[in-house]
Amino acid sequence: MKIHEYQGKELFRKYGVPTPNGLPCFTVDEAVEAARKLGGKVWVVKAQIHAGGRGKGGGVKVAKSLDEVRDKAKQILGMQLVTHQTGAGGQKVRRLLVEEGADIRKELYIGMVVDRVTQRVALMASSEGGMDIEEVAAHTPEKIHKIFIDPQSGLPDAEAQGVAKRIGIPESSAKQAGDLLKALYRCFWETDASLAEINPLILTGDGRVVALDSKLNFDDNALFRHPEIVAMRDLDEEDPLEIEASKHDLNYISLDGAIGCMVNGAGLAMATMDTIKLFGGSPANFLDVGGGATAEKVTAAFKIMLSNRKVKAIMVNIFGGIMKCDTIATGIVAAAREVKLSVPLVVRMKGTNEDLGRKILKDSGLPIISADSMGDAAKKVVATLQKKKPKPKLKPKPKPKPRKKPVKKAVKKKVVKKKVVTKKAGAKKVVRRKKK
Amino acid sequence: MSILINRNTRVVTQGITGKTGMFHTQTSRAYANGKNCYVAGVNPKKAGETFEGIPIFGTVKEAKEKAGVNTSVIYVPPPFAADAIWEAVEADLDLVICITEGIPVRDMVVVRDRMRKEGRKTLLVGPNCPGVITPDEIKIGIMPGHIHKKGRVGVVSRSGTLTYEAVGQLTELGIGQSTAVGIGGDPVNGLKHIDVMKLFNDDPDTDAVIMIGEIGGSDEEEAARWVKANMKKPVVGFIAGVTAPPGKRMGHAGAIISGGKGTAQEKLAVMAACGIKVTKNPSEMGRLLKSVL
Repeated sequence: MKIHEYQGKELFRKYGVPTPNGLPCFTVDEAVEAARKLGGKVWVVKAQIHAGGRGKGGGVKVAKSLDEVRDKAKQILGMQLVTHQTGAGGQKVRRLLVEEGADIRKELYIGMVVDRVTQRVALMASSEGGMDIEEVAAHTPEKIHKIFIDPQSGLPDAEAQGVAKRIGIPESSAKQAGDLLKALYRCFWETDASLAEINPLILTGDGRVVALDSKLNFDDNALFRHPEIVAMRDLDEEDPLEIEASKHDLNYISLDGAIGCMVNGAGLAMATMDTIKLFGGSPANFLDVGGGATAEKVTAAFKIMLSNRKVKAIMVNIFGGIMKCDTIATGIVAAAREVKLSVPLVVRMKGTNEDLGRKILKDSGLPIISADSMGDAAKKVVATLQKKKPKPKLKPKPKPKPRKKPVKKAVKKKVVKKKVVTKKAGAKKVVRRKKK
Repeated sequence: MSILINRNTRVVTQGITGKTGMFHTQTSRAYANGKNCYVAGVNPKKAGETFEGIPIFGTVKEAKEKAGVNTSVIYVPPPFAADAIWEAVEADLDLVICITEGIPVRDMVVVRDRMRKEGRKTLLVGPNCPGVITPDEIKIGIMPGHIHKKGRVGVVSRSGTLTYEAVGQLTELGIGQSTAVGIGGDPVNGLKHIDVMKLFNDDPDTDAVIMIGEIGGSDEEEAARWVKANMKKPVVGFIAGVTAPPGKRMGHAGAIISGGKGTAQEKLAVMAACGIKVTKNPSEMGRLLKSVL
């Protein structure tokens, strides 16, 4: 789970990580009032959305008078903020953080994650603050200092201060920086965070070390013991389909393609998406229905998939183990009827009672296409799209410039039709060649 | 032979009185030698009672002393599962298989740290895994037994249904399995690909291995490098998540591409460079394995 910067800073303050004074605001008037309350001569108006890269997208502005605060707040509040993490559509800004201006002498970076190899919390610190840390890691990895923290003894003073000095914090501020790191670790550990980032951590003109930004993500598995963090959840920042899915205990993620897929198990769901791509299609979502795919769950899954307008066909891939294929088939038929399914549906079922399952699908009278394997299903579902719309996706397998927009429409249609007729043989050949 | 478990393994179910624990103890017991293998359950509140003839003890230690168990399988709910793992480790069992999904990562960090610091001999498989099966001998976990076939191919995977997919393909081609191990999809877990690979390498009854991975972390790469340097048997592989976008958690807590690391492409490239035959088509895992036998 993610939270906003201002919420992260509230947590920081609770654990003793120094931050600038600031107030969250929901309206322009509130922003001006906040600046007045904070006092001083310089303020920063910051868009509060869950994505990073807000500054570059125009979501962070400096104001030097209350009128400017009003102007900047007006500009930012309600804007569709586009950053490298939001996607092209951007994210609407509904909340602001107004903060006192800071006197920045140096910008640094601090991050914490659980390291899978050492199975400990890793503290990462760098002198290259304010930058994209992935870039730093890729080009100058020697500028990132790591400490793996012992879960029993925590972060000792000497280590904390040592890493602070290594990233360029002067001796006179090292003790305070060490305390900040220790406080951050305590915050990370006690809230069951999965990621903590301060970028930038700043050294001020008068030698104080302050968290100018905050990013905190939390382990979803541990939310049951943190009602105070669950209360910070902002549903406006989440995909409504993903929220709806979570209500039905479904694991759903929206993607950009045209083929909806419903699968049991996360690994098989990813493999299914990959197979669709392999055969020239592109998945519209990741959807894991989990172990117990009941008729209700399958119906909910279909509704969610279909509320994504981009979906032009659906592929179901179920490996029925404990769950029997006939049960799942019954669920699929019921769901298809209830949602009055209007897009092609390809079903691949494997495992217990698969023959019975297939019979149920066949006897339903619904235009459901059966497939033998994951690959077969992917081929078939991609083919249904080709029949309907001549999107130049699968056809140009032998690479030569598929992007060329067809000028001669009539010719194009013909080509497509031919493809459909011979699609089976054609597609198979392509696969063979690929495998070698 | 096989790895980790066989017909002589004696199992205690932790969480035997819960819905999931009951169901899977029943089906596992009905598989092959299960009747002799499943000899105890644990629930402190129901000590002295029985579940379908299986005696329930108050602690794992007691189950070990009185029923002679050497392996535990855990179906305890997430908030208490890490403690259950520790209880089995403290009782010095040989193997703990934790099926439970949704254990807080911090709890696993604490348990794993303790296991290492105290130099415990107990091996942990999971959590959030389907379990381990040695076909025709014993099944410990939630996998469908009937899709398996006794044979000489090892299977190791982070994901459940994708493991079944691989096993199903092998069985359909008439190729049996020595042992299939689901190591689980969590970021902090017990045995990793490399550990299971070592066991398969040493097992005289395993001729080849299918290694199935997914995005996130670098376990597959590490295993691949070990394979290149040490493995005497052919290995084939598949990595799920070529299409997964970065920063999105794909179901499993561990399946996430972050900081540009852990992509499927990167893993496949390392595996191929280490002499592992890889496929991008998960429907071809079985046939690919057949090609190296």
